[in-house]
Amino acid sequence: MLHGHRTWVFERTPVISGVATVVGPEEGNGPLADDFDIIHEDKMLGQKSWEKAEHQLLEEATKLAVENAGITKEQLGFYISGDLLNQITSSSFTARTLSVPYIGVFGACSTSMESLALAAFIVNAGGAQYVLSATSSHNSTAERQFRYPTEYGAQKPPTAQYTVTGAGAAVVTIDEQAAGPIITSATLGRVVDMGIKDPFNMGAAMAPAAVDTIQAHLKDLNRSPADYDLIVTGDLASVGYDIALELFKKHQVPIEETHYDDCGLMVYDREKQPVQAGGSGCACSATVTYGHLLKKMARGELNRILVVATGALLSPLTFQQGESIPCIAHAVCIENRGVSS
Amino acid sequence: MTFLWAFLVGGAICVIGQILLDVFKMTPGKAMSTLVVGGAVLDAFQLYEPLIKFAGAGATVPITSFGNALVHGAISELERDGWVGVITGIFEVTSAGISAAIIFSFLAALFVKPKG
Repeated sequence: MLHGHRTWVFERTPVISGVATVVGPEEGNGPLADDFDIIHEDKMLGQKSWEKAEHQLLEEATKLAVENAGITKEQLGFYISGDLLNQITSSSFTARTLSVPYIGVFGACSTSMESLALAAFIVNAGGAQYVLSATSSHNSTAERQFRYPTEYGAQKPPTAQYTVTGAGAAVVTIDEQAAGPIITSATLGRVVDMGIKDPFNMGAAMAPAAVDTIQAHLKDLNRSPADYDLIVTGDLASVGYDIALELFKKHQVPIEETHYDDCGLMVYDREKQPVQAGGSGCACSATVTYGHLLKKMARGELNRILVVATGALLSPLTFQQGESIPCIAHAVCIENRGVSS
Repeated sequence: MTFLWAFLVGGAICVIGQILLDVFKMTPGKAMSTLVVGGAVLDAFQLYEPLIKFAGAGATVPITSFGNALVHGAISELERDGWVGVITGIFEVTSAGISAAIIFSFLAALFVKPKG
């Protein structure tokens, strides 16, 4: 199961048998709108607070993912979830509704792939038949927790990113008959901190972590970027994406052999939408992967992708106290059946 | 001519604020406090009143004017009432601005939902 230093290879081929994505209005106006299951026009979702709205997003995504997998929630062995809010309340409150054994995780915006990797590990090891992995973020809850009160109207520099309002959920199972892409391997990240302290430049802080994990993945599996149809990072956005390209060059990773993209650049139209450098948040990689990328895989346009979700592990207190931003990235390799020899 | 100077001086103060945000990476709260203290220090050297005479609203509207008013009130009461005037004088000139902030915030909160 363990290959190299920190890569799990799943020989029993865990399959993603059902996914769901729910997003807010800004994402619904973006270029990937057609790929999302539910688009809410109201950022509040008819709730009384942003936090309740985010909780609602996650509730809807988890419910729909279970339906799409063709099972009932009683069949779920575990629910693995995390989000950006203090004490991951969106996830825990959703677990209250689901009422299945719950593993709360926190990897900031890397939570999408952290939870998916753990879900694959559990089903692969026979720990459960079905595991639900999910995550959510909301622009306004993140804004007021990590930056400024939403009513304050503080200026944002062009390096800032726009937290995606949305939730993504995936049901992972071991079933030869189940349709859907399979998870073949996952590389867990280590924390990388290059000393960046600016919370309005997360992409730059996270890029080294993404490159570190991608390098480790390729080395552990003795692969090159050419083995993938797409390598996609979670939410580096324009600033971080360019830094990642430079780092690949510096570390002599031939990234030009594959298509390298970033979910934070895909989810919005940066020319037309007020999102500064691009998207961020747990839901950024989750909704783009489960909504957009898996649909492309189903159409056969992509056969093997590596999703590298990136997370900045800061808290509002640590950056106010002048600490730098530790970052992490987790990579999951998703394939269509029959691609691996 | 007064309009032009008001525009230029007021604009220049805003440029300083923008530089504090963008170059010195200050938070909005810090930038605002810095400008208030800047106005207070200028008045201590008796430089802010000439600026107001010169640029009118260009100097009174930006937040630096608040710092100026704090110090101005304190100094004038100091001259009149002695040291206790430093305490009482701070709000002498600024009371209108502070009261207006409280009253208009209250009125706004009555009619719209101010929290995000």
